[in-house]
Amino acid sequence: MSEKTLDRRTLMISAGLSTMAGISAAASGKSVGWVERLLNRRFVELSDERREEILAELEEACRKKYDRDDITVTDTRALDGVEFAYGLDLSRCVGCRRCVYACVHENNQSRDPQIHWIRVLEMKKDNGIDFAESDIYYDPEEVPEPENFYLPVACQQCRNPACVKVCPVKATWQEPDGIVVIDPDWCLGCRCCMSACPYGARHFNWTEPTIAANEINPDTHIFGNRPRPKGVVEKCTFCIQRTRKGRYPACVEICPVGARKFGNLLDEEGEMRYLMREKRVFVLKEELNTKPRFYYFFAT
Amino acid sequence: MHQQEVVDIEQNEEGYMEKKTGPDPAPPKSDKLLPGSSSLAVLLVVFMTVSFLVLFSIIRGGVGHVTESEGGIRAFGPTEVTGIDFEIELLPGTREAISGPEEGDYLVPPPPWSESGFFPCSDCHSEMEVNPEHRVLEEMHDDIELVHGPADRWCLDCHNPDDRDVLRLVNGRLISFDESYLLCGQCHGTIFRDWRQGIHGRRQGYWNGGKSYLLCAHCHNPHAPAFHTIAPLPPPVRPQFLAQAAQEEVQEASHE
Repeated sequence: MSEKTLDRRTLMISAGLSTMAGISAAASGKSVGWVERLLNRRFVELSDERREEILAELEEACRKKYDRDDITVTDTRALDGVEFAYGLDLSRCVGCRRCVYACVHENNQSRDPQIHWIRVLEMKKDNGIDFAESDIYYDPEEVPEPENFYLPVACQQCRNPACVKVCPVKATWQEPDGIVVIDPDWCLGCRCCMSACPYGARHFNWTEPTIAANEINPDTHIFGNRPRPKGVVEKCTFCIQRTRKGRYPACVEICPVGARKFGNLLDEEGEMRYLMREKRVFVLKEELNTKPRFYYFFAT
Repeated sequence: MHQQEVVDIEQNEEGYMEKKTGPDPAPPKSDKLLPGSSSLAVLLVVFMTVSFLVLFSIIRGGVGHVTESEGGIRAFGPTEVTGIDFEIELLPGTREAISGPEEGDYLVPPPPWSESGFFPCSDCHSEMEVNPEHRVLEEMHDDIELVHGPADRWCLDCHNPDDRDVLRLVNGRLISFDESYLLCGQCHGTIFRDWRQGIHGRRQGYWNGGKSYLLCAHCHNPHAPAFHTIAPLPPPVRPQFLAQAAQEEVQEASHE
């Protein structure tokens, strides 16, 4: 009985959607990428040909919007046998915020209203890790201050991500290499994921993001640093556009004290495995069972 | 009637025992909700005044109030930050660079001071007599303050006396300045091991391939290696100052 109704319901819905797609295609004279995507399937479920078409459309839209013809939008896939992980040496971090601005520069975050994917928390050495008493607005002449230590927090790329579980439309998911990505074209802007994330790592575009055309990083990934529209959530993707081509994330390369480490967790000889073997390592809010891929450690 | 009642009560409180002699003994009680409600009213007024003052002080000067000197009043972008190049150019040959305990050589940028005019050292030192004495340097290198390890350490513990363009390890092996990590690693063994693995220090390039390292001396002045404090970049803008862009958008929309 219930099966029958479900079948009929599905049939009606798909018939309705196909009609709508047909009408919209007829109205605009050609197939409109986002309409088709809205009515049919998510980007990752599409055929390679359709993906190429959509990428070309997105690229065209970006180039037109910022009046730059060097912008590229790719969908570089995950590499086989790779699980990314990140290490951050709390005994070295001086809280200089170079990483914050390198991230903004690399990932095309909105300048106004300002969005920062990395937040550096200043904490008292005497109190240890205490989120309630931490300060992200510290602004002394010089850092580090002897009584403080600094704890940068961005997306922890959890193995058990609460944000992915709560998304009502599957607009965010975990990739095979461990990166949790968001499809901005699929995101509703309901912000359930933001309230689910225990690290405050997700950020919302409350208005149309503004970035000067000459500040755009033209090398973009569809789920990474592609300029986002208004009303969607965004977050750190381990610089997916760089790391899937083998490069280090921007924050790793800018860090003046070399506190930031990145590599393949499955590579026995890699730096991540070395630091996990040799150093004192911990993850944030372990008790929540989110199982982050972001490891804090003390090299000394 | 009501006024009359108040008077009656006040009189009572002052001790006039006139209850029995009043015109109507029963109604006054039923007219009042509570005996002594006037003191309750006073308490209520006091409570409301105090809570209003507390709220007022919170709104005006307490939570959420930021003075001009505190950070986070204005949003800064990466282009407003001077002195830092966020477009990191890799060293030539980074992609193909090999590194590791066995391969030996590490790709590093030119050593510090190599383009400052001091190098090659032999320009001056080849004609000078070697003076190993621990002394105050006056004519040259007077900017060097040696704050590194034991007090009896001096120049020729690391610099090679016969050819100043190279450094000398304890075992007598001569090395060039771009291998100076071997010299530092003589004492700082565990740090050297971490550095080779990429855990100590900054690297650029490919996590799955070639990368460039920095020499110890790029970050630590070998004569005074303690790491110096640096100026932080501006803090993020506080939420109460974030809304400017949104306000403009709303105003534009309302004008239309």
